[in-house]
Amino acid sequence: MPGPFRKLLVANRGAIARRVIRACDKLGIRSVAVYSEADAGAPYLAEASETLALSGSTAGETYLNIPALVDCVKRSGADAVHPGYGFLAESAAFAVAIEHAGAVFVGPSSRFLEMMGDKINARALMTELGLPVFAGSGAVSDLDAALQAAERIGYPIMLKPAGGGGGIGMRAVRDADELSRTFSQARKLVAAAFDDDTLFLEACIASPRHVEIQVIGDGKGGAMHLYERDCSLQRRHQKVIEEAPAPGISRKELDLLATKAAVVAGAMNYDSAGTLEMLRDADGKFGFLEMNTRIQVEHGVTEAVTGIDLVATQIELAAGGRLPEQPPLDGFAMEARVYSEDPRTGLPSTGLLSHFRLPDMFGVRVDTGYAQGQAVTPFYDPLLAKVIGWGTTREQAVGRLLVALKGLEIRGVQTNIPLLEVVLQDDEFLAADLDTGFLDRRRWLPHR
Amino acid sequence: MANIDVESEVQGNVWKVEVTVGDQVAQGDVLIILESMKMEIPVEAPAAGRILELRVKPEDSVAEDEVLAVIAT
Repeated sequence: MPGPFRKLLVANRGAIARRVIRACDKLGIRSVAVYSEADAGAPYLAEASETLALSGSTAGETYLNIPALVDCVKRSGADAVHPGYGFLAESAAFAVAIEHAGAVFVGPSSRFLEMMGDKINARALMTELGLPVFAGSGAVSDLDAALQAAERIGYPIMLKPAGGGGGIGMRAVRDADELSRTFSQARKLVAAAFDDDTLFLEACIASPRHVEIQVIGDGKGGAMHLYERDCSLQRRHQKVIEEAPAPGISRKELDLLATKAAVVAGAMNYDSAGTLEMLRDADGKFGFLEMNTRIQVEHGVTEAVTGIDLVATQIELAAGGRLPEQPPLDGFAMEARVYSEDPRTGLPSTGLLSHFRLPDMFGVRVDTGYAQGQAVTPFYDPLLAKVIGWGTTREQAVGRLLVALKGLEIRGVQTNIPLLEVVLQDDEFLAADLDTGFLDRRRWLPHR
Repeated sequence: MANIDVESEVQGNVWKVEVTVGDQVAQGDVLIILESMKMEIPVEAPAAGRILELRVKPEDSVAEDEVLAVIAT
């Protein structure tokens, strides 16, 4: 049993680094922040107990650099490391390197990172544990195998990398002709993006909802769920608006799925916070997509409707702590991700934040890694802020989120706020007529 | 006949250069792929022509509106 930690190093930056530092403060743990040259002066550094510089600015030189981070762990004497999300959060190699350095990786054991990192493995395991899974294949080693598997599943199919995630290298294929034309090119792309060029097929679900279940496990067979999040509003496989509970689906159906997810997490002896991502087809059938073995960007949505501090819970579980009591579902929460981008083209927008003012309102939470005067650089992802509205009804949550977005004043870069404002007032959106194609189907803003 | 500048729409890094000087390209052909904020941004030929100049190579950082290549139409 590792026991309570004294000092925790945050192997991340921005909003999630701040979030982890806040959890450390609450638990009485000293925090160590690391930062790249591009992040010198970022607000999270002022909030940490100690800071250590990493040399370079690219992700590869800094927040993805395992030897440099391990060196920071040793220099600081940290006895725990929180990886946040993105970067090395799901790297089994990083988790193992941290353990070898004598510290505890705050997240699931490395075997879970490996198990779920291989999407073919994950599908097989979930099938075995009784979670619904859509039709799919194992590894397809060549075009012939792919064609045969696709015939069995039925077109259209998704061609996916086994070692991928986040939508990278994925493509929808309509028929055998297209599969024949694209297979070898898809494999080349996947080989360039990941260490592993293994591909597999999955049924392509038309207009699915994305519903994910938050689970936490204690590693001793104990596990619970913290309800679901609906993350159907996406662009380029990146989530834009997330909410809980999932609107327009019966509570009974959702509770059944969430309970199943908790049973699966317990059966695996899962030992941290994790998310079972599911798709729901037009007939209301759910199928497992992948398991995220980390804290999610959208964890705040679940925190808002359960009152559970997910990050503190992760830290306590890593220290051998117990699961919290099952909380009731309290109200409605909706998160909008504010991205630094041209709201019409989606092209990244970089620059100096000449003005950056956050709304301060009842029922609204804003997580950001930025402050006025800071530069938004091309080195990292475009997320500027996460704004969450909470209410006793979905309408109230949407209303508060909308007012909060209007009160979020950002100058110096372009943002997607104009797009978010239009979507949050859209009739179909308000009627919860959602699917993952929702945002891409329409032109939301007039041409300039 | 005219020379057309191909400019970067974003600040970022050059990930790949898909053409060499002297190549004939059609309008819409991808000349260069930039990387910014974890996104791949293809830079397409604004018009058909021949690549006259390539001013960047992989891993170079580029500013918004920087000229990346010149096409002779």
